[in-house]
Amino acid sequence: MKTAKQPKHTKADAAILPDAVWELRLYVAGQTPKSLTAFANLKRICNEHLAGQYRIEVIDLYKNPQLAKGDQILALPTLVRKLPEPVRKIIGDLSNTERVLIGLDLRVAQ
Amino acid sequence: MAKPKKIIKPAVKFLQKCPTGITGLDEITGGGLPLGRPTLVCGSAGCGKTLLAMEFLVHGAVEYREPGVFIAFEETAEDLAKNVASLGFDLKALIARKKLAVDYVFIERSEIEETGEYDLEGLFIRLGNAIDTIGAKRVVLDTVEALFSGLPNPAILRAELRRLFRWLKDKCVTAIITGERGEGTLTRYGIEEYVSDCVIVLDHRIIDQTATRRLRVAKYRGSVHGTNEYPFLIDAQGISVLPVTSLGLNHKVSQERVPSGILRLDTMLGGKGYFRGSSILISGTAGSGKTSVAAHFADAACRRGERCLSFLFEEAPNQVLRNMRSIGVNLEPWVKKGLLRFHAARPSLYGLEMHLAVTIRAINQFKPSVVIVDPISSFSTTDNSFEAKAMLIRLVDFLKVKGITVLLTNLTSAGTALEHTEAEISSLIDTWLLLREIELNGERNRGMYVLKSRGMAHSNQIREFRLTGHGVELTDVYIGACGVLTGSARLAQEAREKAEELAAMHDAEQQQAALERKRHALEAQITALRAEFAANEVEAKRLILQSEQRQESMVKERQEMEHSRRADPATAAGRNKK
Repeated sequence: MKTAKQPKHTKADAAILPDAVWELRLYVAGQTPKSLTAFANLKRICNEHLAGQYRIEVIDLYKNPQLAKGDQILALPTLVRKLPEPVRKIIGDLSNTERVLIGLDLRVAQ
Repeated sequence: MAKPKKIIKPAVKFLQKCPTGITGLDEITGGGLPLGRPTLVCGSAGCGKTLLAMEFLVHGAVEYREPGVFIAFEETAEDLAKNVASLGFDLKALIARKKLAVDYVFIERSEIEETGEYDLEGLFIRLGNAIDTIGAKRVVLDTVEALFSGLPNPAILRAELRRLFRWLKDKCVTAIITGERGEGTLTRYGIEEYVSDCVIVLDHRIIDQTATRRLRVAKYRGSVHGTNEYPFLIDAQGISVLPVTSLGLNHKVSQERVPSGILRLDTMLGGKGYFRGSSILISGTAGSGKTSVAAHFADAACRRGERCLSFLFEEAPNQVLRNMRSIGVNLEPWVKKGLLRFHAARPSLYGLEMHLAVTIRAINQFKPSVVIVDPISSFSTTDNSFEAKAMLIRLVDFLKVKGITVLLTNLTSAGTALEHTEAEISSLIDTWLLLREIELNGERNRGMYVLKSRGMAHSNQIREFRLTGHGVELTDVYIGACGVLTGSARLAQEAREKAEELAAMHDAEQQQAALERKRHALEAQITALRAEFAANEVEAKRLILQSEQRQESMVKERQEMEHSRRADPATAAGRNKK
């Protein structure tokens, strides 16, 4: 599942290079409530903070279990920021926006 | 090694077992781990958890045709492969043949941000995928507790682990879950709560700077199991658990006798020597000749064409060879022929259990009929006399079961009773020879006697034990009015006796001579008297003759005178009558 969005421009708190593309990968296991919540949360946050600068790839491990190894996935759902480097991992259904922003380096932890 | 088919009895609904293939472990668990259930293996760092788990998988894959999955939380697959390569396990080949799958699960806490609800479905998927890919029957999670330091929410983790173990049961895989030992608990995070079917505790204790590994089956639901702490060791052949109690006292005994290599000693032992398969102890103080007696026995065994394995714990083999050559026992040809093998190690090199295991392994490999352990006393320190005893009991039992004659030497330290071994194993011993120093008149000599010898009429005499250029010699000691004398005292006593005897003989001779002289004197006297008598006789005869001649001549003169006077014959006759 690959989704690319071009929503309205909103500036994040942390400095983002204007031409940087954010590659995000969301690992889920089937269409569980947690998976759906996580996906919805992710889309919302990206639209708010990374408009036009991101790509989301959703991987369902039930369909492709062998992919879990590559990104060292244990907990689900897991969001992996592939780009920009360094790689960051965020686990959970992404309902805590503050922590997601910190995890993605979009906001400096206070 | 037990085969799975033999243990599983389908007719009876007993708990089925999954053999580990680890020497000794299947023995104490009565066949292996509970089949289709998780087993917890816990212990402190470096006690062999990972190795035990890996052996379980490799044996399963190679010997029992049960592929296995190894989920490593601490080491990468490459590291694991390297680590077990020294044991002869080729993980890469097993992985390539789809007998084994290794998945390295790595969590870096600093990389992870927790943002709401999650579960460990990812781990389940990875594990499930690995199991299904190779059709695994065995699973190892090493060490699942690493998750606790990697994931921030222990509540979720606990719930998920509980689910994981249930899920493993549902999958009908036999699993080993390893756990680091915690303070007062079996595992640091208390996961023994969830894995409650079988718990094996590994321990690595250091006593007197020597480490000993121990294994204990703390719990085994639905099965009897050995409850002791069993020593185990890790060496080039992997893990071996050494059950102490598996040896019974029902070994066969032999009527055959084996010569000791010292003729006079055989005489002391009912004329034929030791029993084959018996245990012989030679104890004595330092320098009393224990090793020499042992060397004679080794030499005798090799002469018969039997193999002899000698464990040296204080001397190097070359030193023994040299020293024994000095008393005329040349062992070198036997070494070259392959009949005699030395196994030298310092007692402190490794723990007692390791010694035992190495000893047993060497015996199994060399298959000797005579084993010499020189000396056993070096194993005993003040703290471990119990372990040393247990170890020697097992060694002697093992050898007796195998029908191997064993000769042990024991150094009696000064100040302790001679009839005492440091390890207190005297009751194990069939034939006990005592070498003692007899200190008298400013010198020390060696004495030997048979303290006990089961099943034979042995001598009760103390013999003097001498080391000569042609081996050990046993001599009768001097027993007389002054007590037991040995060495130069014995020689002096013998010399004294000889002198006395000589003097007595001398006396007799002198008396004889005196008598002879007397006789001679007497005879001379007789001869002189006789001569005197003869002289007197001659004189007397001469005088008689003279007087007779004078008489005659007087008569003649008178007749002539009468004749001349022409006297009347009658007158003449009458005058003659006057």
